[in-house]
Amino acid sequence: MERPLTQHIHSDGTTRTLREYVKTGGYRCLQRLSSGLAPKDLQRLVTDAGLRGRGGGGFLTGTKWSFVPMGADAPKPKYIVANGDEMEPGTFKDRVLMEGDSHGLVEGMILAGYAIDAEVGYIFLRGEYHLSAQRLTEAIAEAYAAGYLGKPLPGTKFRFDLHLHASAGRYICGEETALINALEGKRAVPRAKPPFPQTVGLWGKPTVVQNVETLYNIPHIVNKGSDWYHRLSRTQDGGTKIYGISGRVANPGWWELPLGTTAREVLERYAGGMADGIRFRGLLPGGISTAFMTEEHLDLPLDFSSIPPEVGRLGTATMIVLDDHTCPVGFVLNLEKFFARESCGWCTPCREGLPWVAKLLMSFEEGRATKDDLSLLEMHTKWLAPGHTFCGLAPGAMAPLQSALKYFRDDFEQHISLGRCPWSNKPARLKVLV
Amino acid sequence: MLSDTERRELEDAVEHYPDKRGATIDALLTIQRRRGWISDDTLLEIAKFLEITVEDVDSVATFYNLVFRKPVGRHVAFVCDSISCWIKGCEQVQEQIKTLYQADLGQTSPDGRLTVLPIACLGQCERAPALMIDQDVYGNVTPEKIEQIVEKYK
Amino acid sequence: MAIIIVDNKSYTVDERQNVLAACLGHGLNVPYFCWHPAMGSVGACRQCAVKQFKDDRDQSGRLVMSCMTPATNGTRISIDDPEAKAFRASVIEWLMVNHPHDCPVCDEGGECHLQDMTVMTGHVYRRYRYQKRTHRNQALGPFIRHEMNRCIQCYRCVRYYRDYAGGRDLNVFGSHDAVYFGREQDGTLENEFSGNLVEVCPTGVFTDKTFFHHYTRKWDLQAAQSICPHCSLGCNTTAAERSGTLRRITNRFNSQVNGYFLCDRGRFGYEYVNSPHRIKRAMVRQERHQSQSRTTEGVPQPLEFAADCLRQARGIVGIGSPRASLEANVALQSLVGPQNFYQGIDQQKGQLLSTILKVLQTGPVPSASIHDAEQSDAVFVLGADLLNEAPRLTLALLQSIRQQPMEQVDELKIPRWDEAAVRNAVQNRRGPLFLTGYQRTWFHEYATDTYFAAPDDIARLGFAVAGSIGQGAPSVPDISPEVKDLTQRIAEALTHAQRPLIIAGTESGSQATIEAAANVAWALHQQGKQPRLSFVLPECNSAGLALLGGGSLNDAFDTIRQGKADTVIVVENDLYRRADQANVDAFFEAAQTVVVIDSVENRTTAQADVLLPAATGPESDGTFVNQEGRAQRFYQVFVSDGDVKESWRWLSDLGRATSQEGGSESGVATWRNFDDAVSATAIAAPELARIGEVAPSASFRLMGQKAPRQSERCSGRTSLISHLTMHEPPPPVDHDSPLGFTMEGYRGPLPSPLISQFWAPGWNSIQAVNTYQDEVGGPLRDEMPGVRLIEPVATKAAGWFTTIPRAFQPTAHQWLLLPLSTVFGSDELSNQSPAIAQRIGKPFLSLHPSDGARLTLEDQSTIDLVLQGTTYRLVVHLNPSIPVGTAGLSLVPEVFGVRVPTWVDLLKAIQTEQTRRAA
Repeated sequence: MERPLTQHIHSDGTTRTLREYVKTGGYRCLQRLSSGLAPKDLQRLVTDAGLRGRGGGGFLTGTKWSFVPMGADAPKPKYIVANGDEMEPGTFKDRVLMEGDSHGLVEGMILAGYAIDAEVGYIFLRGEYHLSAQRLTEAIAEAYAAGYLGKPLPGTKFRFDLHLHASAGRYICGEETALINALEGKRAVPRAKPPFPQTVGLWGKPTVVQNVETLYNIPHIVNKGSDWYHRLSRTQDGGTKIYGISGRVANPGWWELPLGTTAREVLERYAGGMADGIRFRGLLPGGISTAFMTEEHLDLPLDFSSIPPEVGRLGTATMIVLDDHTCPVGFVLNLEKFFARESCGWCTPCREGLPWVAKLLMSFEEGRATKDDLSLLEMHTKWLAPGHTFCGLAPGAMAPLQSALKYFRDDFEQHISLGRCPWSNKPARLKVLV
Repeated sequence: MLSDTERRELEDAVEHYPDKRGATIDALLTIQRRRGWISDDTLLEIAKFLEITVEDVDSVATFYNLVFRKPVGRHVAFVCDSISCWIKGCEQVQEQIKTLYQADLGQTSPDGRLTVLPIACLGQCERAPALMIDQDVYGNVTPEKIEQIVEKYK
Repeated sequence: MAIIIVDNKSYTVDERQNVLAACLGHGLNVPYFCWHPAMGSVGACRQCAVKQFKDDRDQSGRLVMSCMTPATNGTRISIDDPEAKAFRASVIEWLMVNHPHDCPVCDEGGECHLQDMTVMTGHVYRRYRYQKRTHRNQALGPFIRHEMNRCIQCYRCVRYYRDYAGGRDLNVFGSHDAVYFGREQDGTLENEFSGNLVEVCPTGVFTDKTFFHHYTRKWDLQAAQSICPHCSLGCNTTAAERSGTLRRITNRFNSQVNGYFLCDRGRFGYEYVNSPHRIKRAMVRQERHQSQSRTTEGVPQPLEFAADCLRQARGIVGIGSPRASLEANVALQSLVGPQNFYQGIDQQKGQLLSTILKVLQTGPVPSASIHDAEQSDAVFVLGADLLNEAPRLTLALLQSIRQQPMEQVDELKIPRWDEAAVRNAVQNRRGPLFLTGYQRTWFHEYATDTYFAAPDDIARLGFAVAGSIGQGAPSVPDISPEVKDLTQRIAEALTHAQRPLIIAGTESGSQATIEAAANVAWALHQQGKQPRLSFVLPECNSAGLALLGGGSLNDAFDTIRQGKADTVIVVENDLYRRADQANVDAFFEAAQTVVVIDSVENRTTAQADVLLPAATGPESDGTFVNQEGRAQRFYQVFVSDGDVKESWRWLSDLGRATSQEGGSESGVATWRNFDDAVSATAIAAPELARIGEVAPSASFRLMGQKAPRQSERCSGRTSLISHLTMHEPPPPVDHDSPLGFTMEGYRGPLPSPLISQFWAPGWNSIQAVNTYQDEVGGPLRDEMPGVRLIEPVATKAAGWFTTIPRAFQPTAHQWLLLPLSTVFGSDELSNQSPAIAQRIGKPFLSLHPSDGARLTLEDQSTIDLVLQGTTYRLVVHLNPSIPVGTAGLSLVPEVFGVRVPTWVDLLKAIQTEQTRRAA
C-alpha cells in the first residue's frame, strides 16, 4: 500500500533534510513545468485527480482554483495560503506532516501558487506548533538557498515567495476568511461570502486558502498523475487520507490509508481496538465539529461521499472515541465549552447561544437539569444551523450535541432523574430551581 | 523604548507584509517572547512602530489567546483541556499542578515560576494528555511525571 | 427596478438594495440591529432573518438574513413564516441572556430600538437562568455616558465611529461573549461627531450626558423642527423641551443637508437657552452696565421709553446680525429704513459675502448641498479648516472619498450595501481630496495632498489650477516647481471627476481665495464638467444677511462718530466680537441711546440703555439661509417665561409704539404674526421671494387641525404647575405656526417641518425615520428640505477674476496673524454650554518652529501678547503647518474682539516669562 505523504517521515521524530527530500523525488517536477505543464494544465490535473480539501470541508480543489481570475489583466499579486491553523480538537494530522516532512508543504505551495499564478504564499501556522514553526522556517530558508523560492522556476517567469506567519491562537482562524483577516493583522472575524476569497481575499486580492494536507498531495499528483491518484483510493475521490484516532483505544495514533477505509478498520486493525476493559460507544469521525457515529456506522467508508448527510460528515478524519467509562454529557460539555470560548463574538446565536448550551450541560453534570433544559438544548441544535449563523463554527458545535441527544438521550435523561451524573461519584443534588 | 534587537525583529517581521498593520500579531508575539507579557507601555511602543493607534493594537491583542495583557510568571504552562486530553485525564494533571505549585488555571504560582493556563487542542491527541511549557510540548503526561517535567523550568 | 415577492405579495423595489431596506421602504416590519441606512449591512446580529424560497413550488425554503440578500428580480421571501418568526424571537432571547433589567432606569427607555424589536418579535419569557456578564464602564467625557452592561454587540458604534466618522479612539476589545466597546483608557472621546453614538447605539450603552442632567422621557417632551445656529451649514435638528427647560437636541433627518448625523457642537451646544445669564426681563437702565431696571415693571415702560427715544432720535443706526433670523433682520431694516440698516459685520467680511453672492448669482456653477458634497468624487478645499469651521461638511467629505473607488466595487459585482466586502475590496484607496489651509487636523490624513500656506499662496494655487484647466483663465507664471506639480495633480483629478466640488472658506478673510475658487469652478464648467461650489460662511444666517444687504459695522461706527445719528438699535449681535474693544466702546460712548435686543447677557447687552429680552431659536419661529443658499424654517418649541419675545416681535411692537401718534402704520408696524413677517421678508430682496414656500404657513391645517408639538403620551399636564395653581390653564395659543403647544391635533402624515418627533406605531426610537421614507435613506415623504434661493441662471461665466495676489513673503518684523477656528470655542452660543465649555482649550498662538526659534519661544510656553491695545495670555504651539511668517490665533472666548487677520510685530508684541520678570 502506497503512503506517498508519510512514507519517508522518520519514525524517531527527527526532521527530513532538503537532501533527503530531493533524493526521494522532491522538487523534481519543478523542472518539468516549462515543458507542457502550464497553470491551466496543472489545474486540470488536480481536478481530474479528484483531490478534495482535507481541512474538513471536502471541496474539490480544482474547482476552488477555477474561480481565481487568470490572465494578464488579473489583479496582482495573487495569494496562496496554507491553512496550518490546526486547532480542531482531536486533529493532529497536519502537525505530523509539517514536523515530519516540512519541504512537502513548501513544494505543494509552490505548485499551487503556480497553478493559480499566485506569486506570494503564506503559511498560516498556529502559534502553538513551535516545532513545526522551527522546521518550516529551516525548510523555507533551504528552499530559498536552493533557488526553489525567490527565483524564477526553470523555463518560466514564475517566481514564488513564501512567508511563515505564526498566529496568536484562536480556533476561528481555521475558518478561511477569518484566517485572511488574521493575516491582515486584524481580529479574526470571518467574512461573508460572496464575495469569495478568489475574488476579494487577502488585501483585496484573489486568494486561495488550502488545508496543509491538501497541499501535500499536489506534488505527488503532478509527479505520478491523476490515474495513479485514483488508484490509491477505494472510492470516487482520489488519494490517501491520514486517519487518526484518539481516546481510550489500545494504540492511539495516525495512519495514511486509502481514502474510503472504514472506521472499523482503523479502530480494530490499526488502533488495536478499545483499551482493556473498555467498550466502544461511539466516535466523532473528524474533529469535534462532526456528528457521532455509532456501532452501526462503523462499516461506512470514511470519505467525502459515502456518509449520508443524516449520519454526518467526514471532517478531518481524525477520530475521537467515546467509551463506556466516559460520560457522554461530560464529553459534549467539554466540546461546547471549547466552542463557546472560541466564538469570535460577531454574531448573536453563536456568541450568546454557545455559552448558554455549555451552562445547560454543566447543569446536567451537576444534577440540576430539568426536562425543559433538554428542549433548550434541542432548540439550539435546530437554530444554530448553516446560514442562520455567520459562519460554520456554531453549526459545527451543534453536530456532536444533536447526535448525542439522538444516540445517548437516555444518558441525558438519567442525569435529570438521578439528579447527578451516573459516571461521577458525587452525591445527588437537591432540585433547587433558580 | 524598544531595544535595538526588538526593533530589528520587528523590522524583519514587517518585511513579510505589504502594509505594517499586517505585522501586528507578529509584533505582539515577538515582543512578548522577550518581555513575557504585553503591558500598556509595550502596547504603545508597538503601536508607534507599526504606525497605528494603540486601540488598533489592543483590539487585536485582546482577541487572541496567546497574547498576555497581564503579567505572567517566568514560565507559562498550558494544559490542554480539549476532548482527547480530557478523556485521558487532563483534569488530574491540572489538579496535580495545583497541588505542587499552588496555581490553578489562570493563576501564577506564589514563587513566580509558573502561570497555568488552559489551552485548546495542542494537536497531540494521540499522546494525550498533553502539556506545553513555554515552547516545549509534552505528551502522555501523567500526574506522576509533572514534577519531573516542571522542575526543568526555573 | 425589480419585483420581489414578500408573503405572496409583489413589491417593486430598487434591485441595487438589499431585501431588508426594500421591505422597510414598503412599510413592512422586519426587525434589525446592525444594518444602518447610512452604513450598509454586515450581517452580524442575525435579527433580520426571513425565509427565502427558490420558487413558488419550494415549500420549505431556508432562513436568510434579509440585510445581506440582494433584492434581485424574482426574489421570494416570507417575513411571516413561522420558522422565521421563531428564529427572530430567539435572537432577542439570546440578546436578553446578558441584557440587564435596566429599562426603568435607562435613559433609552421609551425610545429604545431594542425595546421596539423585542416587542416586534414577540419574545416575552426569560428561560436563561444563569448569571449575566457585566462590565466596568468608562468615563468618556462631558458628552457621552457609558453603560456597557446594556450592550447587545451590534458593532454599530465602532463601525460608525471608526469607519464612517474617522475616529480612532473607540474600538472593540476582547472576544466571544466578553467583547467590550470603549476606549483604551477612560477619557473624552476625541472625535467631533461622537454625539451621534447616542442615536447609532440601539440600546442605552451610549447616551446623551447633557440630557441626563435634566432627563425626561421622550414621550413627555414638547418638540419642533429647529435649525442649528452654530455654523453656516444649517443642519436640521429637533429641539425638545419640558417644563420650560430645553432638554436636548437630536438629529432631524434632512436628505439634502445633514442626513442622519450632526456634529457635537450642534448636538450639545444648546444650553445657552437654559443659561442663568438669559435676559428675561425688559428693562431700562439708569446707567449702563447696571443690572437693575429703572422701573420694576415689565414690558410697557421699556417699550414706551424706547419708542420715545426713537421718535426723538437725530438719526438711528440699526445693526442686524448674521445669527439673527431673516425676519428679525428684515424687521429692523423696516423699522429704521434700509439706508439706516447695517449688517453688523465688519467691512472685510461683508465684502467677502458680497463676492460670494455675486459668484453664485451671476456664475454658471451651482452651490453644493451637504448631500451633494457626499456624492462628489473629487474635492478641492481652498483655505478652510472644515473640521473646525463647518464640521458636518467634514463628515460628508469622509464619505466622498469613497466615491471613486466604488467603480471597482461595481466591477466586482459587490453590492454597495455590503459594507464589509466593499471595504475589503477598496482597502486603503480613496478618491481625490485636496486640502489647503494653515492648520492641520486629523482630517488631513485623508487628503490626497495637503498644502499649508498663507492665504495669498493658497489663492495663487487656486488661480494656477484654474489657469491649468480653463481656456483663457489667468495663470500664475511664477509659482514654485512643487506648487506647479501640485497644480497639475489637482487639475487632473478635478477634470477626470464626474462631480467635482470646490470649497472655499471665509475665515482667513482672503478675497483672492473666493475668486480663485470661482475661477476653478468656472474653468471646469467651461470644459463641460459638472462642478459645484461650496463656500463656508461664518454664521448660521450670514447668507441671509448678505442677501438683504446693508452697511458694514465700520460704516455704522462712522455714522455715529460723525454725529449723523445718535440712537442705536442692536439686534442679537455682540459687537465686541466683531471689532476691537476701543472702537466699540467709543461707538457706544458716542451714542445717546442704545437699545439692545438679545437673549443672553454679553458685553453689548451691558451697554444697553434699553434691554429687550429676545427669544432664542427654540423659543421663536424664523428662517435661516445656510451657506448653500438654502432657506430653512425653525419653529418655536416652547413659550418662554418673563418678557421674552421674538426679536421681530419686539421690533414690530416698537414700530407700532413709535408710530402711534398720528400716521398709519407701515412696514414692520403692521406685522401681527409670523406669516406677516414672512410675507414682508419675501419682498425684502428678490432672492427671498420664495421664503413662503419653506414651510407651511400659520393657517395650514390638516382636517381642520393643527400639528401637535407633544406626543399622545405627554404626561403631567394637569399636575405640572399644581404647586402654583390647581387650575389647568389652556395651552398657549400659537398664532405664528400650524403647530400647537398641545398633545391634541392631527396625527396623520404631515409635511416634514411639522413633524414634532419621529415616531410610528412599534417604532419608538429614532429608527422610526425609516417609516417616513419611501426608500430608506432617501427623502422623507412630503419632505420640505428648505428652498434653495440661489440657482445659476448664466450658462457661462461672465469673466474670470484676474487679481492674482503676489506670493506671500515673510518679513523681518511683521507676522501675519491668522484666525484659527476651534470647533469648541469659536461659536458664541455653544460656548455657553457647560459641556462644550469643558472642551474649549486654552488660547494659543501657533507658530512655525523656525519662527519659534527666531522669537526664542519654546513649545507649550506661556506668553503675553499685546494686540490692538489689549494683552492676551497665550500658550505657544510650535506647529510646522502654520507657514513661516504667519502666526495663528485660536479663536476662543478669551481672545474675541481681536481683528484678524492683521499684521503684528511679534518681536515687540510678545512678552515671555523672562521679559515679564525683567519688567
